[in-house]
Amino acid sequence: MPATEGRVYGLMAEFSDPTSLVAAARKAHVEGYRRMDGYSPFPIEELGEALGYHTRGRLPKLVLAGGIAGCVSGFALQYWCSVIDYPLNIGGKPLNSWPSFVPITFEMTILFASLAAVLGMLGLNGLPRPYHPVFNVPEFRLASRDHFFLCIEAKDPKFDFRATRKFLEGLSPGHVYEVAS
Amino acid sequence: MEHDPRPPGAEEPFQSPIVAPGYTFATLSDKIGSIVLARGTRYGWLVGFGISFSLLMLLLVAVSTLFLKGVGIWGVNIPVGWGFDIINFVWWIGIGHAGTLISAILLLLRQSWRQSINRFAEAMTLFAVACAGMFPLLHMGRPWFFYWMTPYPSTMGVWPNFRSPLVWDVFAVSTYATVSALFWFVGLLPDLATLRDRARNRPARIIYGMLAMGWRGSAAHWHRYEVASLLLAGLATPLVVSVHTVVSFDFTIGIIPGWHATIFPPYFVAGAIYAGFAMVLLIAIPLRAVYGLGDFITLQHLRNMAKVLLATSMIVCYGYAMEAFFAWYSGNPYEQYMILNRMLGPYAWIYWMLLFCNLATPQLLWFGRVRDSIPALFAISLVVSLGMWLERFVIVVTSLSRDFLPSSWGMYYPTRWDFATFFGSIGLFLTLLFLFIRFLPMISIFEMRTILPQAEVDDHAGH
Repeated sequence: MPATEGRVYGLMAEFSDPTSLVAAARKAHVEGYRRMDGYSPFPIEELGEALGYHTRGRLPKLVLAGGIAGCVSGFALQYWCSVIDYPLNIGGKPLNSWPSFVPITFEMTILFASLAAVLGMLGLNGLPRPYHPVFNVPEFRLASRDHFFLCIEAKDPKFDFRATRKFLEGLSPGHVYEVAS
Repeated sequence: MEHDPRPPGAEEPFQSPIVAPGYTFATLSDKIGSIVLARGTRYGWLVGFGISFSLLMLLLVAVSTLFLKGVGIWGVNIPVGWGFDIINFVWWIGIGHAGTLISAILLLLRQSWRQSINRFAEAMTLFAVACAGMFPLLHMGRPWFFYWMTPYPSTMGVWPNFRSPLVWDVFAVSTYATVSALFWFVGLLPDLATLRDRARNRPARIIYGMLAMGWRGSAAHWHRYEVASLLLAGLATPLVVSVHTVVSFDFTIGIIPGWHATIFPPYFVAGAIYAGFAMVLLIAIPLRAVYGLGDFITLQHLRNMAKVLLATSMIVCYGYAMEAFFAWYSGNPYEQYMILNRMLGPYAWIYWMLLFCNLATPQLLWFGRVRDSIPALFAISLVVSLGMWLERFVIVVTSLSRDFLPSSWGMYYPTRWDFATFFGSIGLFLTLLFLFIRFLPMISIFEMRTILPQAEVDDHAGH
């Protein structure tokens, strides 16, 4: 059942090798399409560049912030417990025995930074997300095996059902699918 | 099965292929995925799992008895208060380190041969850390109060002593367990999506679907995913070094002769990698034979791991030599006595066995024919694993049994409960490993796709 033009999420072209997908993404970018995404069974560096991801994004900054938060809170925890809340003379060592506090401060830095990396990656990617319109295309399950897809979304200002379809068909894909929203 | 691409009689080339030729994205995905999805539960797996599970039940009995009667059922007593429990702890946590090394350090060094072994090596890390983490808790005497080691606002108003390496250990090991689990799960995410899309029965689709979190392989996602993997590798690398360093601090911060040594941190870390690579080989060799994975875990992988084993054995042996040298050079009679006692005292046979296992046996790996022989690698890895366990025995027991004052000397003899707990922990490790092999892809499918020649993007292709 063909989706009506107003209710599609986008149009999706299927390719069988990474080179065609990257070439198609480059052409679509040159054509002026911006709201689009490529789907592949493994990371393709060139695809990111073709779609315009030139920077590392916000994730490294989040990880740095996580690391700093872990470092500060790790040391603060030990300082507050040993110096302020319950000062205890152990073996005549100073209350603020900062060299002894280094290992835990270090471990907390790594822990917080790692949590920021994983949760940040999932969060920025909008995962977990069990439903997504692209899954409405039955053939899309091959995107996790050996097929490559380029999806131009209907939200793109330049998106026009017929013109975009014609453009995608001109990229010599295996197929062009309508993605129901 | 076996596939050596070299022509007969050829010298070892600089780079043999790390995946056999002729695979496409589809056949590769199906071959690894079908072990989980299509193969079903086999008789051999059931037998292996049954044996492991029986050992796990032995652990259950040993631990229940321990909780019922207390640590008196073990051979530990004053002066040797640290027995099998701490030996096993250090041994297991060391084994885990190779998994992190393969997944993090080799990733940073862009060693693409790691891609077929990193998944099960990381799983090995997780399971080894689970076994390791159990021992200090069991060792506490009243394990149900284990949470006293964590800083939480208790009604007693006291806090852990943050100057103590035992508290550092709690933070190091729990951070290590958490980060290893995160790293492993992030690596699994795209493969869980593959299993979700390939699974034919509904429960498998639902379970893998939930675990895959809706992963759809979008370029934007892959981009952040790669950044996150790289950052995690960069974080895990200092972490793995710090964990065994902190474990060695458990000893070095003490003043017992033979423990209070600056060589301990690097020597412990090298020993951990050494024991870990032996365990990776012990797991990889049966896996590739039973599941026919010789095309992915090639002879080149086994050769590379053998070389790592040889290199780390040299570092560990340098550590043994330095221990003896410092004992003599320090001029400290207690240190000098300690090393003589190791070599000639009541536990001398263990020391010499340790040198046989860790110093003499790995020298065979200098020979290319030994590195190419799979049975020899398996046997050497077994010997090395035993040797690393004996090393921890020598460090823990010989130093404690004879310290400064002859009137407080004493011997340590393990009881059958010590052995039951040790073999039981091997049962826990193997049970988890068997479950992992059955339900999750043991080789990273998406990373293997990236090393196929067709994954290269031809930038000059005209379209």
